[in-house]
Amino acid sequence: MTWQGSIQVFIVLIILIPIAMLLGSYMYRFLEGGKTFADRPFKRLEKGAYKFCGVNPDSEMVWTRYLFALLSVNLAGFVILMILLALQPVLPWFNPAHMTRVPFWTNLNTSISFITNTNWQNYSGETTLSYLSQIWLTVQQFLSPVSGICMLLVVVRGFSRSSCKTVGNFWRDFIRTIIWLAIPIAFIGAIVLLALGSPDNFNAYTVAHTLQGHRQVIAQGPVASMTSIMQLGDNGGGFFNANAAHPYAAPNAASLIFQLILGMSIPVSCIFLFGKMIKDKLQIRPILLVMGVLFIAGTLLMYHYEAAGNPALTAHGIHLASTQNYEGKDSRFGIGTSTLFNNSTTAVSWGSVAASNDSMTPLGGLIPLFNMMTGEVIFGSWGVGMVGMIAYAILTLFLAGLMVGRTPEYLGKKIESFEVKMSVLSMVVPSLAILVLSALSVALPAGRSGIFNHGPHGLSEVLYAFASGVGNNGSAFGGLNAASPWYSATVGIAMLLGRFAMYIPLMAMGSSLAKKQKIPTTAGTFPTHGILFSVLLGGTVLVVGVLIFFPALALGPLAEQFAAQAGKLF
Amino acid sequence: MKQITDAETPHIPLAKAKAPSLWNGDLVKSSLKQAVWKLSFRKLMTNPVMFVVEIGAIVTTGEMLRYLISSGATPTFSFTLQISLWLWLTVLFANFAEAMAEGRGKAHADELRKMRTDSVARKITPDAIVEVSASDLNVGDEVIVSAGEVIPADGEVVYGIATVDESAITGESAPVIRESGGDRSAVTGGTVVLSDEIRVRVTAEKGESFLDKMIALIEAGVRQKTPNEIALALLLSGLSMIFLIVVVTVSPFAIYSHAHVSVTVLVALLVALIPTTIGGLLSAIGISGMNRLYEKNVVALSGRAVEAAGDVSIILLDKTGTLTMGARQAANLFPARGIDVMDLAQAAYMSSLSDETPEGRSIISLCKDKYSLQNINYDDTTSETVEFSAQTKMSGIDIGGKQIRKGAVRQVADWAGEKINDELNQIVEDVSKSGSTPLLVAESNKILGVIELKDIVKPGIKSRLSMLRAAGIKTVMITGDNPITAAAIAEEAGVDDYLAEATPVSKMEYVKSVRAEGYMVAMVGDGTNDAPALANADVAVAMNTGTMAARQAGNMIDLDSNPTKLIDIVEAGKQILITRGALTTFSIVNDVAKYFAIIPAMFVVAYPGLEVLNVMHLASPESAILSAIIFNALIIPILIPLALKGIRYQAKSAASILRKNLLVYGLGGLVVPFIGIKLIDLAVTALHLVSLAR
Repeated sequence: MTWQGSIQVFIVLIILIPIAMLLGSYMYRFLEGGKTFADRPFKRLEKGAYKFCGVNPDSEMVWTRYLFALLSVNLAGFVILMILLALQPVLPWFNPAHMTRVPFWTNLNTSISFITNTNWQNYSGETTLSYLSQIWLTVQQFLSPVSGICMLLVVVRGFSRSSCKTVGNFWRDFIRTIIWLAIPIAFIGAIVLLALGSPDNFNAYTVAHTLQGHRQVIAQGPVASMTSIMQLGDNGGGFFNANAAHPYAAPNAASLIFQLILGMSIPVSCIFLFGKMIKDKLQIRPILLVMGVLFIAGTLLMYHYEAAGNPALTAHGIHLASTQNYEGKDSRFGIGTSTLFNNSTTAVSWGSVAASNDSMTPLGGLIPLFNMMTGEVIFGSWGVGMVGMIAYAILTLFLAGLMVGRTPEYLGKKIESFEVKMSVLSMVVPSLAILVLSALSVALPAGRSGIFNHGPHGLSEVLYAFASGVGNNGSAFGGLNAASPWYSATVGIAMLLGRFAMYIPLMAMGSSLAKKQKIPTTAGTFPTHGILFSVLLGGTVLVVGVLIFFPALALGPLAEQFAAQAGKLF
Repeated sequence: MKQITDAETPHIPLAKAKAPSLWNGDLVKSSLKQAVWKLSFRKLMTNPVMFVVEIGAIVTTGEMLRYLISSGATPTFSFTLQISLWLWLTVLFANFAEAMAEGRGKAHADELRKMRTDSVARKITPDAIVEVSASDLNVGDEVIVSAGEVIPADGEVVYGIATVDESAITGESAPVIRESGGDRSAVTGGTVVLSDEIRVRVTAEKGESFLDKMIALIEAGVRQKTPNEIALALLLSGLSMIFLIVVVTVSPFAIYSHAHVSVTVLVALLVALIPTTIGGLLSAIGISGMNRLYEKNVVALSGRAVEAAGDVSIILLDKTGTLTMGARQAANLFPARGIDVMDLAQAAYMSSLSDETPEGRSIISLCKDKYSLQNINYDDTTSETVEFSAQTKMSGIDIGGKQIRKGAVRQVADWAGEKINDELNQIVEDVSKSGSTPLLVAESNKILGVIELKDIVKPGIKSRLSMLRAAGIKTVMITGDNPITAAAIAEEAGVDDYLAEATPVSKMEYVKSVRAEGYMVAMVGDGTNDAPALANADVAVAMNTGTMAARQAGNMIDLDSNPTKLIDIVEAGKQILITRGALTTFSIVNDVAKYFAIIPAMFVVAYPGLEVLNVMHLASPESAILSAIIFNALIIPILIPLALKGIRYQAKSAASILRKNLLVYGLGGLVVPFIGIKLIDLAVTALHLVSLAR
């Protein structure tokens, strides 16, 4: 571990905060009223979009109608994807590499994956998909993160509105976020990535003859534009199978760090948007603090374990000049940047990786796994991380809040049994899905046969796959036959549960909160902006994660690490 | 607002309502019996956490028998036997806690029930008075009750006046007066008329009388769960469900990892993880909270109200009798120009000699204490007392040719025939502005000066109110006084706000308006004029001496009719919530230590490296698991006293209460089980209770 390697995470956060502050207030202005500098061209686009979709952006919706609209957009995306991928060889457009039909299970898995903002890819994009399919996947990469913002808006309106039955208009929130936020920033991002060296074209793959006389097919395509929205939207659906580790997706460290900042910008902005909406900037502090500290701790721990290297080497008496665990890492980025990027990928949920998780030391691999097991609340993807943290805050306040002798309240809203029920449901169903699906996979032959490594490492691979699916993360540990029907189907279920078993209860909770009256703050109110609350909130995130996953983790990464210390490998 | 006569009499501590000692022999004995009886599935269904433990106990007992039959008394059998034993004990301990709490309430309900013996009522019919059974009375019937008879049902006095012994429900031994009309017309079934005869109109159906309601409420059986309790119970069931799935999935993971884990160990892990501590004590906390209120002589008509009391952010307090002593007291003498203060004192003293009102007595004692006047002997025969009347608005004495009067400023000045000069006017105005009442004293045709009658704020009230303020509760004084007087007294008592010249409508409007802003409001009332405001308040405490209208509008009844008790009620409400929250936190963070005991024990055979996680260095896997389960069981009876007594509440800011409780129950909950499990492990090892094979 070097100081240069350690300091990167702080530099990234320091760059991010002012960007997020600006973006947060920009989002507040175009979402909750107010003017932005870009209104003139965008308003025209907006009007056109409403007309094209035939929707009314002015009527306020109750939460069920809002949810129905959101689900219908997702369902439409799913159906279109299923058809496009199935009919790939028949459709005459944009298929210079003559890609064939995508197998059913892969198709199902991919379609679920891209509507849930997971972008788990159990195929290699460059050898499976036509340009047309890639284009629609890119469209989905715009639509799915925006759904997350819509959920955030519903939940936060629960606090900002008072005695109100409606939660906003889905079409307005959805279309405005696309026009004002997703498209312009993705466009700028793509230009920057182009400048930093990524290609962007619709050419057929280049065939090259290497110096050794081999024939090499060099894949290319709309790489810069796809990478831009893949990072910005925390999607992770890369053009290449190797994702950010591919030299065209991240030609250099500058490009990789830019992608890192691009991916984190909106999730961090969501915290500031939240502060703006509830009109209490102090409430930003504990959330930012908890997310920030967990993020930094995860990055540094992962860096530490990777820099320390494989304990089995020492156990076997092998002493190297450098013990750093370089397996599966790109030498252009080194240990520090690779671990920073891979920790961010599961914390912020974009799911593209710069190094192989499967090759990490057991504890180094535990960090990204645990990030996802917390429900992806360490920034998380668009809106989702913030909302997840609100659910944790509600649980924290309910447990600890009683200790001040009042019915717990958060941001002026009373937390009663319905809110507790919904926030626990939103946390627990996804978490338990990871456990149950993993347990089934190690118990049933269909699941066991897809695990490439035995022992605790194999268990880590299975846990990671489902944690990634449930967390709508999309990154893979590797070492698993993810394209098999069993894993295509079960990871598909995990992705759906991770998305909608969280969305539906939390939106219901938002609506129930919006109906309540605001309670004035007094000295008897539990203060939710100080260090004490931050510690409690962070503690709850960790304790809930540990309580649910400790037995599984003990048999996976922990057992592997301790075995490696004794010189045993799996 | 009218004065509350009973509040003026000092509160006599009641032997009956005193808390029974915690480990009272009979109570413990009957609770033990109850604990076994409560093992029935039907009873336990209401407590999902304990229900899971009981199912677990049955499963391990089955396992134990299986081991016994298949291979005899092996070490595995002995281990399973002990685990089963402790699981059964866990359920019994929880049942015992609940039974103890219920037992304390039941003792009182039994006493009340004794009074509900069926009495004979003399019902008035158009033709005659007929004797009917009290159970045949309907709402609207009128009955005659004479001295020595029991009032057959709740009702309202429509004619007559009588003294009534209500000690059975209030514990107050002094009889109270009940009369038709006004604020003292309500009578309670089961109380006894001591003198005179009254005509009572029945206002409650049989079975719905005040007494019935009280019995039902005190008996924990019909106690409704409060909203917070429901939410917490839900969370606890949710947690049990989660841990059930966690434990069920451990089994395939273990098989995959070639780790042999027996059913007994899985059950032990499940029971250790589910929140048994709070699950076992939850209902006891709620029941004993109601009992604690009862010990303060307050009957809560709904559990919701008790909990709402903890959330209250505004308290409406009556000025008279609550904040002030009730009667005004002489505080100062201000002589008119050219008058010696001793002459004024002498005249004031003389004028009050036969004045038996508290105000008159206070003038005598002021003159004695401050102006050292000795008892003056005067000839009774030559003196003539002038009584106070509403017309003259003055009183006094004619003695030895001297005529002395004291009373309202204008009337006394008119009587004396002297104009009030500017200087005197200034004194009168200053006294009024400070919230006091000026009395003018005149002798024959000369004004001597002014007596200041002060509304004395009760000692200690200011510090109590400032404590409430620290806890975030705003106090509002309600008074019929004019705004100037109200402001002065509000300042002296230290209330945050006041509502002057209050009328029934303005009180209700005030309650409504602050509730609309989101505040929770508590108020005390006794009169019919309070009823509309009471009906709108979140916590409405009606005085037992109050009218039926007030009692029906309230959701709590204060049997002592002591308005200051509102503050106690708020504290009791907070105490319940704090106790619940603290034990929940304690219970959940306990799991961390239990994981560190059980997980390495379960898997150490498959992965010897996991021994690193055995941070407590427990002797063997079996002793680790058994110790965790023993700790889990024993912590319940250890915490019973805390659950029954409640965690002490201090009126402080939320942040400082949280800091303290978090340190004690949060951090404590993290650390204590590590120590406890280690100590139990040492004992288990020393006694050779289980195999020590590693």
